[in-house]
Amino acid sequence: MDFELDEEQQALREAARGLLRKRYADFETRRGTVADAPGFDRDTWSKMAEMGLLGLPFTEDDGGMGAGPVEVAVVAEEIGRVIAPEPFLTSVVLTGGLVAAVGTTEQRAELLGGLASGESLVALAHAEPGARWVSTAAGVRAEEADGGWRLTGVKEPVPQGAEADVLVVSAALPDGGTGLFTLAGDDDGVTRSGYRAPDGSRAARITFDGAVATPLGEAGQDQATAIAAAHDGARVAAAQQAVGAMQVALETTAGYLNSREQFGVPLKRFQALTFRAADLYVAVELARSLALWAAMVQADPGTSAEERSTAAARAWAQASKAGRLVGQEAIQLHGGIGMTAEYSVGSYTAHLTTLDHLLGDARHHLGRLAASVGDHAEVDPLG
Amino acid sequence: MRLQLSEEDEAFRAELRTFFTTEVDEGVRATVRDRGELTKEQIVETHRTLNAAGLAVPHWPVEWGGKDWSPLRRHLWHEEMQRACVPPPLAFNASMIGPVIATFGSQEQKERFLPPTANVDIFWSQGFSEPGAGSDLASLRTAAVRDGDDWIVNGQKTWTTLGQWGDWIFTLVRTNPDVKKQAGISMLLIDMRSPGVEVRPIELIDGGHEVNEVWFTDVRVPGENLVGDVDSGWTQAKFLLGNERVGVAPVGATKRVLAQAKEWAAATRSGDGTLLDDPHVAVRIAELENELMALELTALRVVANSADGKPHPASSVLKLRGTELQQAVSELVVDVAGPGALAFGTGDADSDLPVWARRSTPTYLNLRKASIYGGSNEVQRQIIAGTILGL
Repeated sequence: MDFELDEEQQALREAARGLLRKRYADFETRRGTVADAPGFDRDTWSKMAEMGLLGLPFTEDDGGMGAGPVEVAVVAEEIGRVIAPEPFLTSVVLTGGLVAAVGTTEQRAELLGGLASGESLVALAHAEPGARWVSTAAGVRAEEADGGWRLTGVKEPVPQGAEADVLVVSAALPDGGTGLFTLAGDDDGVTRSGYRAPDGSRAARITFDGAVATPLGEAGQDQATAIAAAHDGARVAAAQQAVGAMQVALETTAGYLNSREQFGVPLKRFQALTFRAADLYVAVELARSLALWAAMVQADPGTSAEERSTAAARAWAQASKAGRLVGQEAIQLHGGIGMTAEYSVGSYTAHLTTLDHLLGDARHHLGRLAASVGDHAEVDPLG
Repeated sequence: MRLQLSEEDEAFRAELRTFFTTEVDEGVRATVRDRGELTKEQIVETHRTLNAAGLAVPHWPVEWGGKDWSPLRRHLWHEEMQRACVPPPLAFNASMIGPVIATFGSQEQKERFLPPTANVDIFWSQGFSEPGAGSDLASLRTAAVRDGDDWIVNGQKTWTTLGQWGDWIFTLVRTNPDVKKQAGISMLLIDMRSPGVEVRPIELIDGGHEVNEVWFTDVRVPGENLVGDVDSGWTQAKFLLGNERVGVAPVGATKRVLAQAKEWAAATRSGDGTLLDDPHVAVRIAELENELMALELTALRVVANSADGKPHPASSVLKLRGTELQQAVSELVVDVAGPGALAFGTGDADSDLPVWARRSTPTYLNLRKASIYGGSNEVQRQIIAGTILGL
């Protein structure tokens, strides 16, 4: 049992931290970046590609770096620390992860190669109005026509959907099940309407009106399991991203309690405030422990698909719960300044809220864990 | 990063598991499993079984019976013991005064006290807290005054756990009232059979007799029973309390009780099915399991990365969160017992209710102590805010 990063992983962390800090050390830069579409900095995205970050989890044959979930988590934590708006989680980890899992050799080379080089942005169009955190599709339907496939219906919200070059779309298959398809974002029959997500990243409504699409992987296959697994992979990275964001929100809050004076003394003289900060520290450390463990579970070739899925639910449930506590308390402990867009800490809360609802909140995942609570005696992380 | 234990640590763990489940008296383990109360003989005999196998004081210096285990192995030892329903070695001996004597005692004191301490031939009690000195321990007032080579002790200690069984008591006494309060404290070892020592029971809300007041009236203590230098007792107290904090996150025992609570819930009729089918109960259990797992992994992070002897900053989380979860699980068990929680004082009376249900309320009430002792959880928050967050 070892929770320490090896030398290569530490070097990766330093490199990612250096790149992201250079861009976003000044919070005002982030604020300016998310003010306009696409909601992130294309130059930073290119530099992340040059550094190999955008192809990190993909095999070298697919144009990637052949790294694993631990390396992805390392980068995700650094993104969380500065709440970088670049869509690493949704584009690389989630969408790329799904393409890597189900795409044909040609599709993987094309889509993941383009993603890794930073030349094309991919987005997963899966969520639908009227559904919440399910792995199936109903609102968009796929039909076979003229030897090809056409998609009809609405996806919303689609992270980075209005800007994406390539869309991966889930759709109800004619004979049941949920299939996956790809098409270009500007194809005929695709109408996109983009807007801001709570943290300044972008989301969109996408309407498909008989748009021609190519099956991702084998045509007609039910891919609901793969969709769920890709979301679980994203949850593990998101847990670490949330830990990075919580850590900085806590540090910022502690700094403020040290420097801000009221009633003639620094706020840290008030135990009603410092005790709450101590509780935040506890919450962050517990979330960090489960996040690190879940990344190790994903990286271990000896674990089953079910174990990996449960580990993701565990890590994300903890991070989600901690994220709400830290986000809410960071603002409260600051007072009014925490409400402003100009000051950083409120944006951390907005980011944690965005992650929470992208991937399902703690209650949702505890419900998942509760369903099997009678199937085991103890939960033992050492096996 | 690596998920599994090394092969050697895995084998070590398996060996301990076998020992604890086959060599320790089954009656003792059954009592712990049912959450019953252990007798003095059961505590002492179990401790001696462990000591005979070299498993009572592994964290002591090798010279005095220690094992020189890695922090991870110590953790595994502690967890496996709890998992197997084995009562841990007597804390006053193994975790508290033993390491203090081994670190600060004279050679004569080591030779005289350490072997009988390791084997509980001396049953130690702790004389630290006083009516006016709880969390603010350094304000203690029990006084020791020189009389030739001896000390004359007067004052009162309180919350002395199992003091009714104690042979000796390690105390903090004020030897200099004229300096900063921490600088005028010494540590004295006192034979509880000395004239002038009186132990008075304190009845607690769980109906049991676990703690005591210990009164000292002109008690004569030989000078050789002073540990370390005069007025250096605060150093030893901090050392002891630091050790105490490490062992107070009873993850293994809490996990075991939670697993038992599921069995009890599954055997309890509720609505059209069992209590375990109730989604509110199932989610509550799932959440406790997850919180416990996060705590256990945090404990593993701490032990895996504190090999150089420096405590990991996250260690302060363990006592705070460990006791909160211990209390939360005891609360769950009372709720699973439902009306059975009213069977509080059955003792030897006839009752059809299972022992765990009859013990559920006493245990729940008793465990309110967990967030108070060993540095109250408010003190832990103070430590986190001060030493980690710089507040």
